[in-house]
Amino acid sequence: MKEGFRQSMAWLHTWAGLLVGWVLFVIFVGGTASYFKEEITFWMKPELHQSSRSDVPQVQAAERAIALLQKRGADSPRWFIDMPTAREPAVRMLWTAPPQPVAPGEKPKRQRFTQASMDPATGEAINNPRETRGGEFFYRLHFDLHYMPAIWARWIVGFCAMFMLVAILSGIVTHKRIFKDFFTFRPKKGQRSWLDAHNATAVLALPYHLMITYTGLVTLMFMYMPWAQQVAYKGDQKTFQAEIFPAFASGNAKRVGQAAPLTPIAPLLEQAMAHWDGGYVGRISVNNPNDAGATITLTRKDSHDISSDQPSMVFSGTNGKLISTAGDTARPAAETRGVLYGLHLGRFSNPLMRWLFFVSGVAGCIMVATGLLLWAVKERQKYAKAIAKGGRVSFGLRLVDGLNVGAIAGMPVAMAAFFWGNRLLPVDIAERAQAEITVFFTVWGIATVAGLLWPTRRMWQAQLVAGGALFATIPLLNAFTTSTHLGASIPAGMWRIAGVDLTCLVFGLALLWSAWWVGRRAEKKTKKAAEVAEGNWAGAGAQ
Amino acid sequence: MPTVASEGLRYRLAVAARAVAAIAGGYALAALSAAALSVALPLSRPEASLTGTLASFGAYACAVMWVFAARTALWAWLGLLVAATPFGLMLAFYFYGGSAA
Repeated sequence: MKEGFRQSMAWLHTWAGLLVGWVLFVIFVGGTASYFKEEITFWMKPELHQSSRSDVPQVQAAERAIALLQKRGADSPRWFIDMPTAREPAVRMLWTAPPQPVAPGEKPKRQRFTQASMDPATGEAINNPRETRGGEFFYRLHFDLHYMPAIWARWIVGFCAMFMLVAILSGIVTHKRIFKDFFTFRPKKGQRSWLDAHNATAVLALPYHLMITYTGLVTLMFMYMPWAQQVAYKGDQKTFQAEIFPAFASGNAKRVGQAAPLTPIAPLLEQAMAHWDGGYVGRISVNNPNDAGATITLTRKDSHDISSDQPSMVFSGTNGKLISTAGDTARPAAETRGVLYGLHLGRFSNPLMRWLFFVSGVAGCIMVATGLLLWAVKERQKYAKAIAKGGRVSFGLRLVDGLNVGAIAGMPVAMAAFFWGNRLLPVDIAERAQAEITVFFTVWGIATVAGLLWPTRRMWQAQLVAGGALFATIPLLNAFTTSTHLGASIPAGMWRIAGVDLTCLVFGLALLWSAWWVGRRAEKKTKKAAEVAEGNWAGAGAQ
Repeated sequence: MPTVASEGLRYRLAVAARAVAAIAGGYALAALSAAALSVALPLSRPEASLTGTLASFGAYACAVMWVFAARTALWAWLGLLVAATPFGLMLAFYFYGGSAA
């Protein structure tokens, strides 16, 4: 829409980024928090903090889980057992309720799942912790948003992700000095500083941004782009699923209706570990337990390599004979998809890598935020003369200013309020998990309305201070409401709890610092007359 | 960014035309490429479908950039058509070519 290639790309970058920027910010924040969703969930269930952390051999943990399931869900058609990991020391179990007889002509009801966690050291179910969505809330917010059907949300998120991909690619071609820009930071220079901050966070983590945006689209690509399977499989979903995900297809054996005892699990685990050269079993699924048609599927633990598609083995549930294996043969495109999917989820990573992803995610949040601010800063310059004479800015700029305050500065306030709600809401109220989420959205709603009504520097400061104060005092909140405060968790090496406390503290201090910084800039501005910095960003300047 | 002077109806219509070309035209091209590659690539059926689908998002992004880089909206649409032709031929050959050959 401009003369010259780089100018049109700069234009495209600006508008593709601005139009979906606020949704992207939510997606980035939710996704970044999700890297530690297990830790956040654990932190939000203080009743579990004291559960034992002893390492239990895999076979023993599996046998105990099956013993517990035999007591709780012997007649269930399907069991899922997630084996303990370093990040989740409890065994998690999920089983479906026995199917209810369906009147002819009626659709069968959706399967209902029951969940339980078990301490692998004792074989006892862990007593009900407080009801909370925990880190799962941020994970779902990341692609299902909230208060709308998930399918709409996923299309919206996909649409925004596609804009993001375009914004990134056009942002790259806009920069002829991409390498030099990375080493350029001109602080205290108004617009140029915003631009440099935007460039630094964008270029610093550029491979990450590009990877995470593309792989994000890949996670839901069969929904967004179903045309390959429509044509190649003529719309035959079942065959498609079976050929693309052979691991899932094998576990759908029919129930025979004849009782038969379940084969011991230990020899199967040993066989699987030998087959995978020592790779651990991550998930055990049992179809039709205690039936003559029982099958047991073992899937390898997904920390073994990057891919989200892990090989699996299916055994007969009655005599323990191997029925089939999946994922042993090379399938380059399927493996590529699995790796891309796995990269997005980041479950494979060791703690250091996970922190790197997290920091890159934070850089992404800052990139989106500074990009949005940059638009407002540049747009404001057009009105510099009018403002100096006491005039007003356009409706568009006012709207962007207001949304920026609410979406960017209001988000941390809402997140911190969510954590506060987790500790301060009474443990036994009904719909407790939803109440925590209501706290999040109420606070965020108030912040956004306040931002739209008074999109001023004072409002930025107020919200940053509120978010900073709430975040920075979370370790105190934890100290008053649990026994696993920093003074206890650090000496005991409970880093999953201490890590959340410390991260909140760091975020709180960073927000308070930025509030102070915003205030200091305001003082300077009043001393000096507002000077209009000249944009040097190719073409995108307001010429 | 539009300057205040260029912000006429004409300019807005031009942007709208490009946006439609980019969003709808780009998606159509990407969908076509995914479908065509899924049947034309010399790979097994699941492998070809996956390759086509994985590549289609790149095609989409490039199409959008092309649309906004092109000199005129008409030129942008023409470019999309040219890019779509080989994929259309692949699909046509798959659906009708088999019986003729």
